[in-house]
Amino acid sequence: MRKNNFTGFAFASPWIIGFLVFTLYPLGASLYYGFTDFNVFQSPNFVGLDNYNELMKDDLFWKSVRNTLYLTVISTPLNLLFSLLTAMLLNSRIRGLSVYRTVYYIPTIIPLAATSLLWMWIMNAQFGLLNAFLGWLGLPQPNWLADPALSKLSLILMGLWSVGNIIIIFLASLQEVPQSLYESASIDGAGMLRKFTNITVPWISPIILFQLIMQIINNLQYFTQAYFVVSSTNLNQGASGGPENSLLVYAMYLYHNAFQYFKMGKASAMAWILFVMAGIITWVIFKSSKKWVTYGGGD
Amino acid sequence: MRSRVMMRKTGTHLILFVLGLSFLAPFVWMLLTSLKSLEEISSLPVTIFPKLVLWSNFSEVFNVIPFTDYFLNTLLITLLSVVGQLFSAPLVAYSITKIEWTGARWIFPIVIATMLIPYQVTMIPVYLIFQKMGLTGSIWPLVLPTFTGAPLYIFLLRQFFMALPTSLIHAAKIDGASDFRTYWNIVLPLSRPALTSVAIFTFLYTWSDFLGPLLYINDAARYTLTLGLQAFLAEHYTEWGLLMAASVMFTLPIVIMFFFAQKQFIEGISLTGIKG
Repeated sequence: MRKNNFTGFAFASPWIIGFLVFTLYPLGASLYYGFTDFNVFQSPNFVGLDNYNELMKDDLFWKSVRNTLYLTVISTPLNLLFSLLTAMLLNSRIRGLSVYRTVYYIPTIIPLAATSLLWMWIMNAQFGLLNAFLGWLGLPQPNWLADPALSKLSLILMGLWSVGNIIIIFLASLQEVPQSLYESASIDGAGMLRKFTNITVPWISPIILFQLIMQIINNLQYFTQAYFVVSSTNLNQGASGGPENSLLVYAMYLYHNAFQYFKMGKASAMAWILFVMAGIITWVIFKSSKKWVTYGGGD
Repeated sequence: MRSRVMMRKTGTHLILFVLGLSFLAPFVWMLLTSLKSLEEISSLPVTIFPKLVLWSNFSEVFNVIPFTDYFLNTLLITLLSVVGQLFSAPLVAYSITKIEWTGARWIFPIVIATMLIPYQVTMIPVYLIFQKMGLTGSIWPLVLPTFTGAPLYIFLLRQFFMALPTSLIHAAKIDGASDFRTYWNIVLPLSRPALTSVAIFTFLYTWSDFLGPLLYINDAARYTLTLGLQAFLAEHYTEWGLLMAASVMFTLPIVIMFFFAQKQFIEGISLTGIKG
């Protein structure tokens, strides 16, 4: 065992170097920068908790927190539930499964930049397809992305178009649930709902847990789509957050602080708040998962 | 009883069909818009099919933005990133699955933990490292990290390597093959499907990446397609025919790739989604 240490280390060395240079050192450095006044052009100057105090009094900071939480809290369960239901429909031994699978999956490979452009056009208040359709049905035609009350919901709706990979993952795990379980449940007189809560969910719960955590982590970093929408309403190229800052998401405000105002210290403090928040949420979900996640399945 | 089953089947089909249509409609709308004139786009009532099919939006894109340059810049970064991940991720995955050494137990949990660290947390110090090295503005800050192995691909390959029969590797070692020979001559050739998945996902990710180029590339001549599209949008935000034509051209390589490698896409997705 001992003589393999050199070989093992050599094989792992690209990752070890990457971990030290691109993860471990930056983690420590951004923690330190968070306690400094730092504008890139001069070396960091230690200021204690000033950045954190400033953030607590910063309305835009809280606005960005609320915007990101809003997106995360609505879109995470919505995406997971929608994907699970669609995967269950696909799992009912229907014909044309591979065609449906392809159709649902393709939107997820479209770059977010193109997805954002496409949906901005679809949701265009005046000439968009969505409002034309709603008008044809005699329904109200809202301003979607330009309306501060609806802009985030519009992005959430847009996000539903790109859940194909979750559908595929759920479908793959549903296909592994032994049919015999459902058959014996039927004999015992269990209905659809009972089968769902007592067989389906426990069997695929580890996958749901993994997807839940990854979705939350991704949503907390929500950036590109909001940035694109804001670009179209922001002709003077300054830092902006969309209609009434309703699209100023956390990652965007962090980016503005770091690369437009060059407040690297404040941005680093924001980065660590995000890190700690993501860590706490993940930890809480893991803790609670002991109650609802079944490993090994079936017994 | 039979008719009830039939009805349920029909209902399922109906829902899936309508859902499928609404997933396809945006693509069709993108294509149709790219063929319309600016006049038609900005007049009411909204038309579904172009009154006059106009191909000139596609050629016009090349006049409005240096599309070819953006395309080549993106392609270069993407291909180098694919090479980077294919070099590094399997090496690391091999070290933690097929070599018995002290670090093997430690690395995997750390790899999983790093998947949970938001990009923004390391973003600023990493930027400053590249700035010190004088590399900001070049493609290297986007390419170099790929040579250290992304956690997702290490994870995917680990799953794949663990399923490879250990007897093959033992046999090779008894025949006196070194770890590197075993890796290069036995493990890698057997892992073509998993390596293809890594290549595809890296391609997709890099081709679509926006935040990375936004941070590091500020010279318009070196823009990637995502940056180019964003700049285009900020200036021509009403010219949807042109924007959609550019989006079609941006997306097309990926859709073509998908139809050539559909199996690897679907298998790769399933491989990363299942944990443990």
